[in-house]
Amino acid sequence: MTAVFGVPLPAILGQLMLGLVNGSFYALLSLGLAVIFGLLGVVNFAHGAFYMLGAFAAYIGLQFLGVNYWCALLLAPLAVGLLGIVIERLFLRHLYQLDPLYGLLLTFGIALIAEGIMRGLFGASGKSYPVPESLQGGFNLGFMVLPIYRAWAVFASLTVCGLTWFLIERTRLGAMLRAATENARLVQAFGINVPLMVMTTYGAGVALAALAGVLAAPVTQVSPLMGSSLVIVVFAVVVIGGMGSIIGAIVSGLVLGMIEGLTKVIYPEASNIVVFVIMAMVLIWRPTGLFGRE
Amino acid sequence: MRAHTVIFVVLSILALIAPWLGLYPVFLMKLLCFAMFACAFNLLLGYTKMLSFGHAAYFGSSAYVTGWLATVHGWGTVESILAGVAVAMLLGLVIGAIAVRRQGIYFAMITLALSQLVFFVCLQANFTGGENGLQGIPRGTLFGVMALGRDRTMYYFVLAAFVAVFVFIRRIVHSPFGQVLNAIRANEPRAISLGYKVDRYKLVAFVLSASLAGLAGSLKALVLGFVTLSDVSQGTSGEVILMTLLGGSGTFLGPVVGAILVVTLQEYLSDVVGAWVSVIIGGIFVVCVITFRRGFVGEIQRRFAPRAGELVKRAG
Repeated sequence: MTAVFGVPLPAILGQLMLGLVNGSFYALLSLGLAVIFGLLGVVNFAHGAFYMLGAFAAYIGLQFLGVNYWCALLLAPLAVGLLGIVIERLFLRHLYQLDPLYGLLLTFGIALIAEGIMRGLFGASGKSYPVPESLQGGFNLGFMVLPIYRAWAVFASLTVCGLTWFLIERTRLGAMLRAATENARLVQAFGINVPLMVMTTYGAGVALAALAGVLAAPVTQVSPLMGSSLVIVVFAVVVIGGMGSIIGAIVSGLVLGMIEGLTKVIYPEASNIVVFVIMAMVLIWRPTGLFGRE
Repeated sequence: MRAHTVIFVVLSILALIAPWLGLYPVFLMKLLCFAMFACAFNLLLGYTKMLSFGHAAYFGSSAYVTGWLATVHGWGTVESILAGVAVAMLLGLVIGAIAVRRQGIYFAMITLALSQLVFFVCLQANFTGGENGLQGIPRGTLFGVMALGRDRTMYYFVLAAFVAVFVFIRRIVHSPFGQVLNAIRANEPRAISLGYKVDRYKLVAFVLSASLAGLAGSLKALVLGFVTLSDVSQGTSGEVILMTLLGGSGTFLGPVVGAILVVTLQEYLSDVVGAWVSVIIGGIFVVCVITFRRGFVGEIQRRFAPRAGELVKRAG
C-alpha cells in the first residue's frame, strides 16, 4: 500500500474527499456572502445562522411534516430566503446609508436570536438527519470507497455555484446586478427597481446558505450552533479570496476545504486553525486577498 | 462641565461605599472588570472607529496566563497579572500588525478570525485545562502585605485598578496622540494626506486596548477564581461590543453603563430564562443598531448638553 508522509493513501484521499465536501459548503456560503456584500455593503454575520436554519428546516420538515429530502432541498432555502427578505425589509434597509459596521452588528444580533431560539426549542445537542435512501451506499473506486451522498453534495454545491456565476456574469439580470453594485443611483435612474433587486439579492444569498445547510444535514449533526464557528471560517475564506470576486470565493472555498482535510491527516491538532493561519499569511503577503481588486 | 464633575464625584462615592450597601462584592468586582474591558474596547471603537470583533482573545488569554501562573507555578499576584498583561500586549501586537493592514469591515473580520485561532489554541493547549478550564485560582497577597482573599479588600484593589485605567484612557484620548486617533476616526484619508503614519497610530491604539483588556481579564480570573473557554470565545467578544454600543461608544461613561446593564441582565436573566438569554442579548443588539446608535450616555449627552458638544467640536 502506498503512503505519503507515513500516512496511507486511502486515509489521505478519504480526508481530501471530506475536505472537498466542506470546501463546497464554504464555496456556497462565501459566494452568498460575497454577492450580498457586493450589492448591500453588508457583511452578513447571520450567514452561519441561516445555514443552521436551512438544516433545521430540513430536519423539522422530515420529523414533523413528512417532507422528504428532495422537497426540503427546494422548500428549506425558499422558506429561509423568505425569512431573509423579511429581515431585509424590517431591519437591514435602514442601515444602507450608514457605516457598514452597523450591518455587521445587526446581523450578529440576528444570528444570536436565531441560535438562541433554536437552542431554546431543540436543545444544544445535535440531531442526526438520515441520508436519503437513493443516495446511500458508495462507489468502489478501487483505491477507496466514495460515499454517494458526499459525491452528490459536492456535485450539487458546485452546480449551484456554477449557475450563480453564470447568472451574475453572463445574463442581463446579472449585468443589472453588477451595474447596481458599481453605482446604485445611476442604475435606479435608468428605471430599474434597485430596492427590489437588493431585497431579492439578500433573499437569494440567504437561500444559498440555507441550501448549504440542507446539503450538510446528512453529513453533519444538525445543531443550533453548527453555523456559529463555520461563519468565522467562511469570513476567513472571503478575506483570503478577496470579497469582490465570485470565482475567487468559489475557488478559495474549495481549496481551503481540501487543505483543511489534508491537515486533518498530517497534523490533526492544526486542522481547526489552518484556514486562519493561511489568512494571516495571505494578508501579510497580499493585503487585498488573492483575487481582490482594490 | 460642572454637571460632569458632579456626576463623577457622585459615582466615585457610590463606588467607594457600594460593598456596604448590601451589594454582593464579587458581583461588583465582576462589573468593574467588564467595565474596564469595555473601556479598553471603547478606546478602539469609540475613539478610533476600529471595530475589533475578537477582543475576548486578549481578555481571555491574559486571564489564562495569570490563572496558570498563580495556580500552577505559585507566582505572586502582581507578577502573574503583569505576565498576563504582557501576553495580551504581545498578542495585540501580532494580531494588530496583521489586522491594521485592512480597514473597516475587513478589519473586523480579520480580528474575528484571528481571535478564533486563539480560541482553538486555548481549547487544545495543555495549560488551559481544555474544556474544564482553570479552577481554584488563588488571589494571593498584594506586595506581600495585603491579603486579597477577603472580598472587600479585593474590591478596593479592583476599584483602584479600574480608576487607574479609566483615568489613563481619559489621558490618552485628550493627549496629542488621542487627537491624531480622533483625526483618523473622523477622516482617515485626510489624516494620511497630512503625513501621519496612520497604521502605526492604529497599531499603538490596538496594543494599548489589548493590554488593558488583558488587565481586565487577569483581574476577572483572580476575582472569580476560575477561567473558562467562554472567556476567550466569540460570545465574550460580542458582549463587550454590546456593552460599548449600548452604553454609548465614544463617551467615557458609556462603556461603564453598558457593562453594568449587560452583566446585571445576564446575572439575573440567566436564572429566569436560561438559554433564551442569548435571544434577549441579540434583540438588544438589533434594537440598539436600529434605533439607538449613540447608546444611553450618547443620547443623554446629545439631549442635555448639545451646546457643550458643539463647543468641544469647534475647539477641537
